Amino acid sequence: MGSYWESVLIFLGINTVLALSLYLPISAGQLSLGHGGFMAIGAYVTVICTTWLGWPFAAGLAAGGLAAAIAGALVGFPALRIRGIYLIILTMGFGEIVRIFFLNFEPTGQASGIGGIKHLTSLPVVSVVAALMLVCLMRFRGSRIGRALRAVQEDEVAAEAMGVNLTRVKVAAFALGALGAGVGGGLYAHQALFIDPAQFGFFRSAEIFLIVVLGGVGTYWGPVVGAAVVTLLPETLRFVQEWRMTVFGTLLVLCAVLRPAGLLAPRRHTPA
Amino acid sequence: MLLQQLVNGLMLGSTYALIAIGYALIFGVLGLVHLAHGEVFMMGALIGLQLVLWLHAGPAVALVGALLGTAVLGMIIELTAFRPIRARHGPVFAPMVSTIGVGLILQEVATKVFGGEQVGFPHRLEPVTWRVGPITISSVQLLILGVSVALMVALHLWVTRTRMGMAMRASAESTLTARLLGISTDRVILVTFAVASALAGAAGVLVGLSFNAISPFMGIDMGVKGLAIMLLGGLGNIYGAMVGGLLLGAVEVLSVAYLASSYRDAFVFAVMILILLFRPQGLFGVGHIR
Repeated sequence: MGSYWESVLIFLGINTVLALSLYLPISAGQLSLGHGGFMAIGAYVTVICTTWLGWPFAAGLAAGGLAAAIAGALVGFPALRIRGIYLIILTMGFGEIVRIFFLNFEPTGQASGIGGIKHLTSLPVVSVVAALMLVCLMRFRGSRIGRALRAVQEDEVAAEAMGVNLTRVKVAAFALGALGAGVGGGLYAHQALFIDPAQFGFFRSAEIFLIVVLGGVGTYWGPVVGAAVVTLLPETLRFVQEWRMTVFGTLLVLCAVLRPAGLLAPRRHTPA
Repeated sequence: MLLQQLVNGLMLGSTYALIAIGYALIFGVLGLVHLAHGEVFMMGALIGLQLVLWLHAGPAVALVGALLGTAVLGMIIELTAFRPIRARHGPVFAPMVSTIGVGLILQEVATKVFGGEQVGFPHRLEPVTWRVGPITISSVQLLILGVSVALMVALHLWVTRTRMGMAMRASAESTLTARLLGISTDRVILVTFAVASALAGAAGVLVGLSFNAISPFMGIDMGVKGLAIMLLGGLGNIYGAMVGGLLLGAVEVLSVAYLASSYRDAFVFAVMILILLFRPQGLFGVGHIR
């Protein structure tokens, strides 16, 4: 396997991690367009731990994930009161604030970012993290909080009447999603080897969102398929060279039109 | 000093308002977010610029050209990225995927056709400045303010006085009821897209004139901000979008003048989030939020 395909597969793994992390809040009905912000927090914190403090990679990733989770819980509280389009725009604003913060934060190099990051992300590492997340999510589905989450998605009022603690479930979903995005950001930073705020802008959030929605919000394999499509398609479209994004954009429109509920849409789908 | 800053904020805010109104119109009728609206704004700026560069047109021709061009573009987007999904009863986020796709296409097409660098309008419009008491106003600023106000008044009249405007408001109230009453909602939606996009196109020319920085990627920031302003004013409320735009323009300019200029956009979003926390329905929204 050439190093080119290895790096493509690593990015596929990172995108899978990011998509799975967004899947959790989305499955609780919390659409977020701010995952780029959580990813940025995870990336910067992990890099600070591994590069400056000399921590081992795993500890750095844990710290990055934890920092993102704390931010996620903070954003999750206001997210309790609002939903749908309001939440999308609120998270979008959060993502922008994080980006602007790093753009102005002197210790992390402002707009010029941090370079010279050690290459610690490898295919085995990414595969293990992605597989671990997938297994956790699948185990999670049948757990108490997983079932509570699905109840919330179906009908908030009914779920609360059944004794589901709405606050705890929703904040947990958001914080856990942020944790995954933080770990994904840490993995990303140690593969890209250079991070700057521009990499975590609105477009990154939109891309993560795209992966989940494109794959389909119904099964855990949806985000995985979405990640494969979004990562591999632009690579295989290299033959169209200069019009790569145009072809990609056209395919996105076609996907949305032909499979509006996602590529792996569940059979029982209630139109929102 | 403060008065001068407020005037500058008003000018900036009026272009924001034009974009936010577009979001509000589309959201009002469809209840959906159009994530390529910022790119429509960018296309407006580029069309205006090309008219000036190649046809040596004046600002008026550039403005009208951009209005018409983006109106057509908006209708194409509705026909390709929204209507087919509506016909299949797709979920709310499906149009977000398709419009992200449209945004990517527009960015690349603009880069290929017009070049990727930041360019400015040639100074055909001689800037004249007037001093009124403590404030200085340039002819460009007056043009921006005048055009924005004229467009907003025209929109108000269209929405309240014309048959089409009333049909649009009826569709915004309930598409189903509007259809039962014999309104062709598909046509109303198409016209709404044309109007919303034309406003964004005009804003593109105005922003191009005032900041002299036109690039295929100028739409991203503006698109995000416009969406935030629409939310601030109350979802789908065009008057809220007008006031919200002016307000955020003022916040931005004042934060540059009195606080840290590099955090200007962060202040804008912080104000938005604060307002959302205390008034989730937006400044002028009424009733429950869903």
